[in-house]
Amino acid sequence: MALLEVKDLEVNYGLIKAIKGVSFEVNEGEIVALIGANGAGKTTIMHAINGIIPKARGNVTLQGEDITSTPAHKLIYKGMAQVPEGRRIFQELTVFENLQLGYYSKKGKAEFEEKLTEMYEHFPILKQRSSQIAGTLSGGEQQMLAMSRAMMSSPKLLLLDEPSMGLSPLYVNTIFEMIETVNKQGTTVLLVEQNAKKALTIANRGYVLEIGKMVKTGTGADLLNDEEIVKAYLGG
Amino acid sequence: MDFVLTLVNGLSLGGIYAMIALGYTMVYGIAKMLNFAHGDIIMVGGYTVLIFLSINPILAIVASMIFCLLLGIVVEKVAYKPLRGASPLAVLITAIGVSYLLQSLALIIFGAQPEYVIIADLGVLNIGEISIGYNTIITLVSTVIIMIALTLFVKYTKIGRAMVAVSEDKDAARLMGININMIITITFAIGSSLAALAGVFSLLKVPTITPTYGSMPGIKAFTAAVIGGIGSIPGAMVGGIFLGIVECICNSIPELAPYTIAIEFLILIVILLVKPSGILGKKRREKV
Repeated sequence: MALLEVKDLEVNYGLIKAIKGVSFEVNEGEIVALIGANGAGKTTIMHAINGIIPKARGNVTLQGEDITSTPAHKLIYKGMAQVPEGRRIFQELTVFENLQLGYYSKKGKAEFEEKLTEMYEHFPILKQRSSQIAGTLSGGEQQMLAMSRAMMSSPKLLLLDEPSMGLSPLYVNTIFEMIETVNKQGTTVLLVEQNAKKALTIANRGYVLEIGKMVKTGTGADLLNDEEIVKAYLGG
Repeated sequence: MDFVLTLVNGLSLGGIYAMIALGYTMVYGIAKMLNFAHGDIIMVGGYTVLIFLSINPILAIVASMIFCLLLGIVVEKVAYKPLRGASPLAVLITAIGVSYLLQSLALIIFGAQPEYVIIADLGVLNIGEISIGYNTIITLVSTVIIMIALTLFVKYTKIGRAMVAVSEDKDAARLMGININMIITITFAIGSSLAALAGVFSLLKVPTITPTYGSMPGIKAFTAAVIGGIGSIPGAMVGGIFLGIVECICNSIPELAPYTIAIEFLILIVILLVKPSGILGKKRREKV
C-alpha cells in the first residue's frame, strides 16, 4: 500500500481545468519528484493534496485513509507536513518562534527540545540566528528555516514545493543534501521542482507533468536519460 | 497642575479607547475584516451591567464581560463566518447591519430614554492641589494590567503565537495545524470582553447609557486603531492613549473645546496622508 495515493485528481480554477485527472503514488521511504514546466500544475496539485484549494474530482489517501476532504489544518496531525512554495515562513516572528509553530501540532517539552537540537545540528546558522526576526534572513536561510519548521512535527510524509526556487547554487546543494538526509532518516518525500535535473538525481521515481496531465513516469535515473525529457526540461 | 490632571484624565480616557481599539485591531489582523458592530458591544455590556447591578456590582461587571464574550462569538458564527471568502464590502455591510440590529434591539428593550448606571461611587483622591477620581486611577491601572497581560499572552502562549501566525499568513498557519476558525472565535471572544470592560470604565466616568451609547467611542477607538496602525496590537494601545490625551487637552482649552471631535478626525486624516499604515503599522505585501 502506498503512503500517499492520488487518484484521478481534477482541479478547476473557475471554468479553467487546471488539473485534468492526475494519478500518482508515493511509497513509504521514497523520494518522488514531480517535474514539469511553469504552469504545468505542480503547485496546484500540492495545494489540492493539502486542502488549501478544493478538488473538483478524484481522491487522495494517506496510509490508506481517505483525506480527500480533510481540512488543511488536520493533515499535519496525520503525519503530513509541507514546505510551501515561496517558503512562507512567518516573517514577523523570530527563527525560534517559527520553529515553535512548526511544533504546534505536537505536545511535550522534552521532545520539542530534542527536535530543536536536531534542526540546529542540521543547520547551525539557524541556531546562531534563533532570536532574529525571520524576515531578515537571506533566501537560503529562510528555506532552511521553512524546511526545519516542517520537520519539527516529525512527519511521515514531507511535501516540498519548489525548494530550490530563487536560491543560489550553493544553497540549492545544502537544501538537496538535507532532503536526502531526512529521507535516509525515514521521512518519505514528495518533491515538486522546476530544477528537474537536481530533483531527478535524488529521486527514486519521477512523474512528468504537462499542462495538467501526467505524461511520463519512471525511475529518477530513467527519466534523466530519457531523450524527450532531456530535451524539454534538462536543457540537453 | 491643571495640565497634570488633564494628562491623567487623557491617559485614562485613552486607556478606554485602547481597550476598544484592541478589539478592532485584533479582529482586523486575524479575520481581515472591520467589525463595525464592535462599538455596540460596549452598549450591550453597559445594559448588561444595568440588569445585574441590583444584585452586586462586581457580579454585574463579570456578567457583562461573559455576556459580551458570548455575544461576540455568536455574532461571528451567525453573521460573519458564512461570509468567509466573500467580498470585503459584503462583510463590512453585514457588520453595519449587526450594529443597527444591536442598537434596535436595545431600543426595543430599554427605550430611547437614558438609563442611569451607577456602578459605584468611588470618591476622589487628593494629592496636594490635584484631586483625581478613583475611577480614573482604576481605569488607568486596569488598562496597564490588560495591556501587559495581552502582550504576554500573544508573545508567550501557543494560542497567542498562533494568532500572530494567522494574521501574517493564513495558509501557512493552516499547514502548521492551526485551526483558523478556532483562532477567529478566540479573537472575537477577547475583543468583545475587552469592549464590555471598556463600557464599564466609561460608565464609571459618565453613568448614563442610551442605545447608541457605543457609537461614538466605537468610531473613536476605530480611529485610534487606524492612527496606531490597524492590525498592530501595540499600535492600538499607542493610538488609543494618543487620542485620549488629545481629546482631554483639547477639551481643557476653551477655544478648542467645541472642535475636539473635528480635531481628532483631522489628525486621522493627516496620519492617513502622511503614513497610511499608521504609527506602528507595517507595510505588508499582500500575498496573492
